[in-house]
Amino acid sequence: MTGSRLPAGGLIDRTKPISFTFEGRALTGYAGDSVASALLANDVRIVGRSFKRHRPRGLLSLGMEEPNAILNVGTGAHAAPNRFATELPLAQGLAVSPTRGWPSSRFDLGGVLDLWPTPLAAGFYYKTFIGPRLPGVRDAWNRLWEPLLRSLAGQGRAPEGVDPDAYDHAHIEVDVAVVGAGLAGLAAAEAALGRGARVALFERDIRPGGRALGRDGDPRIDDAAPLAWAEGAWARIADNPRATAKLRTTAFGLYDGRQLAVYELPVDGPYAGRIWHVRAKEIVIAAGALERPMTFPGNDRPGVMLASAVEAAIRRYGVRPGGQAVVFLNHGDGAGLRQALNAADIEIVAEVGPDETVTGTQGFGRLQSVDIAPLGPDGLPRMDARRRVPADLLATSGGWSPALALHLIQGGRQAWSEADGCFIAAGGGQDGVRLAGAANARFSAAAALADGHGSTAGGAPGPKTTGGDAAPSGQGLPLAPIAAERLKRQAFIDFQHDVTVADIGLAAREGFHAIEHAKRYTTAGMGTDQGRTAQLATAAALAAATGREIGDIGLSGLRPPVTPVPFGALGGWRRGALFAPVRQTPMHRRHEALGAVFEDVGDWKRARYYAAPGEAMAPAVARECRAVRTAVGALDVSTLGKIAVAGPDAAAFLNRVYTNRMDTLAVGACRYGVMLKDDGMVFDDGVVARLGPNRFHVTTTSGGAAAVLNWLEDWRQTEWPDLKVWLASVTEQWAGVAVAGPNAARTLAALAPELDLSDTAFPHLTWRDATAAGLSARIFRVSFSGERGYEINVPWRHGEALWDAVLAAGAIPYGTEAMHVLRAEKGFIVVGHETDGTVTPVDLGLSWLISAKKGDFIGKRALARPALTAPGRKQLVGLEPEDASVVLDEGAQIIATATPRPPEPMLGHVASSYWSSALNRGFALALVKDGRARHGERLFAWSLGVAHAVRVRDPVFYDPKGARLHA
Amino acid sequence: MLLIPCPHCGVRPETEFVYGGDATVRRPDPKTASLDAWAAYIYERDNPKGPHTELWLHASGCHSWLVVERDTVTHAIGQVRQARDAAS
Ligand SMILES: [Zn+2]
Repeated sequence: MTGSRLPAGGLIDRTKPISFTFEGRALTGYAGDSVASALLANDVRIVGRSFKRHRPRGLLSLGMEEPNAILNVGTGAHAAPNRFATELPLAQGLAVSPTRGWPSSRFDLGGVLDLWPTPLAAGFYYKTFIGPRLPGVRDAWNRLWEPLLRSLAGQGRAPEGVDPDAYDHAHIEVDVAVVGAGLAGLAAAEAALGRGARVALFERDIRPGGRALGRDGDPRIDDAAPLAWAEGAWARIADNPRATAKLRTTAFGLYDGRQLAVYELPVDGPYAGRIWHVRAKEIVIAAGALERPMTFPGNDRPGVMLASAVEAAIRRYGVRPGGQAVVFLNHGDGAGLRQALNAADIEIVAEVGPDETVTGTQGFGRLQSVDIAPLGPDGLPRMDARRRVPADLLATSGGWSPALALHLIQGGRQAWSEADGCFIAAGGGQDGVRLAGAANARFSAAAALADGHGSTAGGAPGPKTTGGDAAPSGQGLPLAPIAAERLKRQAFIDFQHDVTVADIGLAAREGFHAIEHAKRYTTAGMGTDQGRTAQLATAAALAAATGREIGDIGLSGLRPPVTPVPFGALGGWRRGALFAPVRQTPMHRRHEALGAVFEDVGDWKRARYYAAPGEAMAPAVARECRAVRTAVGALDVSTLGKIAVAGPDAAAFLNRVYTNRMDTLAVGACRYGVMLKDDGMVFDDGVVARLGPNRFHVTTTSGGAAAVLNWLEDWRQTEWPDLKVWLASVTEQWAGVAVAGPNAARTLAALAPELDLSDTAFPHLTWRDATAAGLSARIFRVSFSGERGYEINVPWRHGEALWDAVLAAGAIPYGTEAMHVLRAEKGFIVVGHETDGTVTPVDLGLSWLISAKKGDFIGKRALARPALTAPGRKQLVGLEPEDASVVLDEGAQIIATATPRPPEPMLGHVASSYWSSALNRGFALALVKDGRARHGERLFAWSLGVAHAVRVRDPVFYDPKGARLHA
Repeated sequence: MLLIPCPHCGVRPETEFVYGGDATVRRPDPKTASLDAWAAYIYERDNPKGPHTELWLHASGCHSWLVVERDTVTHAIGQVRQARDAAS
């Protein structure tokens, strides 16, 4: 007889059948099943194929240890790869399939790889990179191995389309968060509630109880059967208004500040879900323990199952996993398993004793017989004395390891405990985080309850147990003695990646003695199961191969998430339009209506150009440039960073911040300035306007506003706390429109008829308060285009009205691309284009901005460093391509020859490059070594294999005398 | 994620703050500082394992620069002061 549902029993609801499909086959399970238990009940023995050799793989576990039953769930855009069948509640209509196996998991053509074992041994990937290995085949990796591996490999299929599910994120803050609602977790939660704490309790299963769910033979707790006690405790906790208790929730991360990340599956299926961000003063990790499979030849054959899985199949799911069983344990906790096998009428054909071992298994796709041999005086199996017993089930246990993943990823340490036969927590990690129960190596029910309850002095007593208790006493390493190298090649350590004991031995012989090296060389523990069953076995095999103690070898490190979490869940609602914050100016709707194409500047959306219907970018930008050069244009400058600087020491403060003098600035005037970092490099630039003796209005770049304010606050608060000066961001208090061009004054006159715009009454680099378009406005006479220009600022909420009025007065809207062309024609720098954190104002030709007459300013000392004054620095120049139709690539390298030969000396790079309709040619700004001494030189701009001849020149291409400012 | 107790705003998550580096670095007097001293001030920082005194700006809060004692191994946060008070 093979796997099938028992006539009665189990925690399933036989009145509620559930239909699902596996690889397209229609199957039926019951409410209360996991996908894995339903597959087992339907006698599905092969649930997938291994990664390298495509060997058939069956269910090893029914819990979180599972390395094999990791499935694709759903189809099309709904598909979700790499879901653990053992932890996925069965749901109506669910379509699941293996992640590997073509054309199917039962008849996988990739299985031929298994017949040719040598090439896929440890380090295969690395060795095949080295060179030709097959006679007559050159470039074997690219031509043979990689295509072959790609066709056969795979870790599940990606969804075909945008995820249709909606995921949520929620935040909760509690006194005590408990991970796991097994006996220890329930006791911990009840104890905390008894102290008056607010508690959150998270259980990954669909039921509370942990080990009580699939196990018999534990003592009674408070005079109830263990499972009845667990359900009662859960009900009491869930009813408590100070508690949040959730099933189907998996804690996958534990971060600084005692922050837990928990993924909650919805009740009706495997899709969507919610991430909980949990803050707690105290965290109890009661995550249980992982059962370890024994490592022996043939241990990967479907039908070899963990003892706890066999017991859970019978007790919890009412499934009979086989008819004839061999039992192979390395500890004394087998009574419950034997009772369960008897109850399910499964014959125990053999029990492998302490002086015996398993030397092999047989069966095609499912277990048919098991070889058992006695151990000789050398500790190795006597192959001559082995016997073969028929069996379709092998229940194996190599003991238990505490589930330490959450402890370890938050900085906790572990150490080998000879007494416990496992690695246990050994300090480290955050204050206020503790392990409890089996996760703390308290394997018996009574010890787990007491550990979970904790020592609450004066508190209520913990749960009382009565009756015998069982724990895996005397468990050793889960590595069976194996006689020959041939057998070691059949003893699997990593079921998903086909890593065997022989592979670890080979890695050790080739010098990979450290666990992290051996892991990466063999890929043991690197699969989607995250090596839960492979970790300890790898260390045990490495210890045996190198003659060391396992405690000296240790286990490989872990990183969150400790279990796969869908990307959609991590992203939550932060997708599409909500992916990142977007800042818009008050004129944004107007830009949209004008056909603006936007670009991102920091978080801002800025209009790059306005395309008329059918108009491409280049003609649109040329048209906008012509408008500014020949008539008048309007640019939305609301995004400029603006900082109010006020206080009796405001002038002194700004004098220390800018390279030029700001204390001499008259009220009503404004001045361009650059800020340096203290290394002498240009950091930001803008215009400073003096509003009053103690008040200034400072503008910054659009993208740098926040960084500049943070940095100014740094100096104000940490370096010069004696200065009486205060700063405030007013970026979003003022909306602005730049009006520029020979007709700018005429346009402004129409908007502000009472304002005297003569050069004497309102000269360049001054500001005036006025009424413009009926709005209270502050108008700066500044220019970033070289044309006569005004920047009209009004309160933010009036930005749209101002924009409408400026356009109604005849200005043509222009975007940031035209702004860049116009400023580059004038040789004006843009921070981030012409600067990159390594450029001084001297490099930029801005020496005139550096005051020699004032005291210290930020960056002054560094400018005098020899390195910043030595020859060979890159300096700002203009470039004219010899072919006037060429627009150079930004980032092109400047070299001295058209035919470079590595290592060709790099003389500089193109910083900004545009087509100029005013000049009717392409032009560029560049940073070139000793550039100011190279004016007239012929160099080459090289990009993507093409070198263009260029002539070096002064960076001011247009109106070098500045006459147009007063046009 | 770190929790930093701002003296103004209370306990706040790390995402509200901007890191500002070693708080013990002092700007030498530019008139008298040697080239080496100036280079050390600009470029050289320790990368200690253990206690570290560092600057954090409460950028999404009160905009105070704070001097925070943080253990770079355990990430435990100790004393938090306003930089303005610490500097004067
Ligand atoms: Zn604050």
